[in-house]
Amino acid sequence: MSWFNRSKENISPDTMKKDIPDGLWEKCEGCGEIIHNKQLEQNLWTCIKCGFHFRIGSQEYINIILDKGSFREMDKKMRSADPLDFTDTKKYTSRVQETIKKSGLYDAVRTGIGKLNNIEIGFGCMDFKFIGGSMGSVVGEKISRLIDRCYRYKYPLVIISASGGARMMEGAYSLMQMAKTSSRLARLAEAKVPYISILTDPTTGGTSASYAMLGDFIIAEPQALIGFAGPRVIKQTIGKDLPEGFQKSEFVLEHGFIDIVTPRKELKNTIFNLITLVS
Amino acid sequence: MAKIVLDFEKPIFDLEAKIDEMRKFSGNLNIEKEIVRIEEKVKKLKENLYNDLTRWQRVQLARHPERPYTLDYIYLMTENFVELHGDRYFKDDKSIVGGFAKIDNFNVMIIGHQKGRDTKSNVFRNFGMPNPEGYRKALRLMKLAEKFNKPVITMIDTPGAYPGLEAEERGQAEAIARNLFEMSKLKVPILVIIIGEGASGGALGIGVGNRVLMLENCWYSVISPESCSSILWRSWEFKEQAAEALKLTAPDLLNQKLIDRIVPEPLGGAHTDYKEAATILKKVIIEELTHLVKLKPEKLVENRLEKFSKMGEFIE
Ligand SMILES: [Zn+2]
Repeated sequence: MSWFNRSKENISPDTMKKDIPDGLWEKCEGCGEIIHNKQLEQNLWTCIKCGFHFRIGSQEYINIILDKGSFREMDKKMRSADPLDFTDTKKYTSRVQETIKKSGLYDAVRTGIGKLNNIEIGFGCMDFKFIGGSMGSVVGEKISRLIDRCYRYKYPLVIISASGGARMMEGAYSLMQMAKTSSRLARLAEAKVPYISILTDPTTGGTSASYAMLGDFIIAEPQALIGFAGPRVIKQTIGKDLPEGFQKSEFVLEHGFIDIVTPRKELKNTIFNLITLVS
Repeated sequence: MAKIVLDFEKPIFDLEAKIDEMRKFSGNLNIEKEIVRIEEKVKKLKENLYNDLTRWQRVQLARHPERPYTLDYIYLMTENFVELHGDRYFKDDKSIVGGFAKIDNFNVMIIGHQKGRDTKSNVFRNFGMPNPEGYRKALRLMKLAEKFNKPVITMIDTPGAYPGLEAEERGQAEAIARNLFEMSKLKVPILVIIIGEGASGGALGIGVGNRVLMLENCWYSVISPESCSSILWRSWEFKEQAAEALKLTAPDLLNQKLIDRIVPEPLGGAHTDYKEAATILKKVIIEELTHLVKLKPEKLVENRLEKFSKMGEFIE
């Protein structure tokens, strides 16, 4: 549940524009290099000098992973219903409205059918910039429907996660989305349809403890934060500093919970390879 | 152990103490009358208080240090309990207990979170906060139940999955995810009962059932009121408001159609009368099992899938 602070701490391409006047240059969080937007885009938003992976959204991943113009989106306008009539320092409905306006997205995941090197696949991609990529009823329902579509048409499933976890403002509804999506995946597995889960920075909480960790193949981008509890909470619990590289992709790979760490540039090819190898 | 009294229980506790004191002088007609009068008053007071608890008060009752825990219910409701240990990979997690037992005429696998009563036993039980091996032990036991075609009963009572360094190293997220996945397709009935605290993924990790029941004074949500307060209000001070906002009590969850049934507790809470609490729960369990064991394996799996698929509210 650390997305609230992280969204402030972490410098995303969006907020960085404020620091650099003409908005054409980005500063690398990894090495400090100033890189031109166009060059960064050509390099799939990874640093030309140190390879640092900038956080990107669903539209960028659609462009990177899917064949051009092949994405047909499902349930595009599904929105949160605010089932608890939730208010903290701000009304949840206003928070959602403002985020929709600012991000141009309706919730924290986009789903649909697209082609990857001409193979039809089910494709879902989360957006961290939508309330920390948190999973509420909308995310759970869209992911579940995507899984069911893949079950019905035997499309290989690819989901890219970027999420701080379940969405607090929908209380127990959010929690149940973990069971809902996982149970749909159990059915998909019985049908022997491959599911490739891609973990990007960050994938934690209820998202990692459900569909993100249930891939037949689990691939992570380099240096992504992956875990159940957030680092701040763990640090508070144990009262010690966390070791270097703790909960990063490479650490999780070493402990045996993901299959491959793959740079963004090789993602599409790795997915394609795996799908063809098991079909 | 001295009796632990919550703030809002205090007026009742004081009156009950007064009655006990007066009983020492029984035989005196005036005092007998006075006792009856105070007893009436206590009863009214209890009814008013417990039928109108705030959400935060329910959270406090759910966490009451004298509340019955999984093993208390097991000993009070079942016979021939054989506790089984270990996940067969790493170790035996003491914060989740389980084993075969007989309840009425049913042989069942019964699994639950287990808290401790004092500092020592709480350290032993890790405050009811499982590590990955706890979830893996639970899953191993569920698979055993499936093998021998016995229904599974799980009892939820945890402040959360343990947020520790080693828990992360051993794959806390994977362990919980795996349980959700495997429980959804288990071919025997699963009856889930929230008996205390139902905190987030740590609770749900043994919570995917055909029927989900909640004792009257429990909470079940995606986050504890304290953590919710610290994140959304940026202070620990707003836990009461957070509890209200999260709508996390048994009546709330029934309303949200996320649980199936509320199990009543003795007036004043389960901690005031273990025997009565266990008797009520046992009766409910037998009722539920009688129905569930009639369902075929495919039907059980299908029902569970359908049940969780329906959960969620959104606008299309
Ligand atoms: Zn760099």
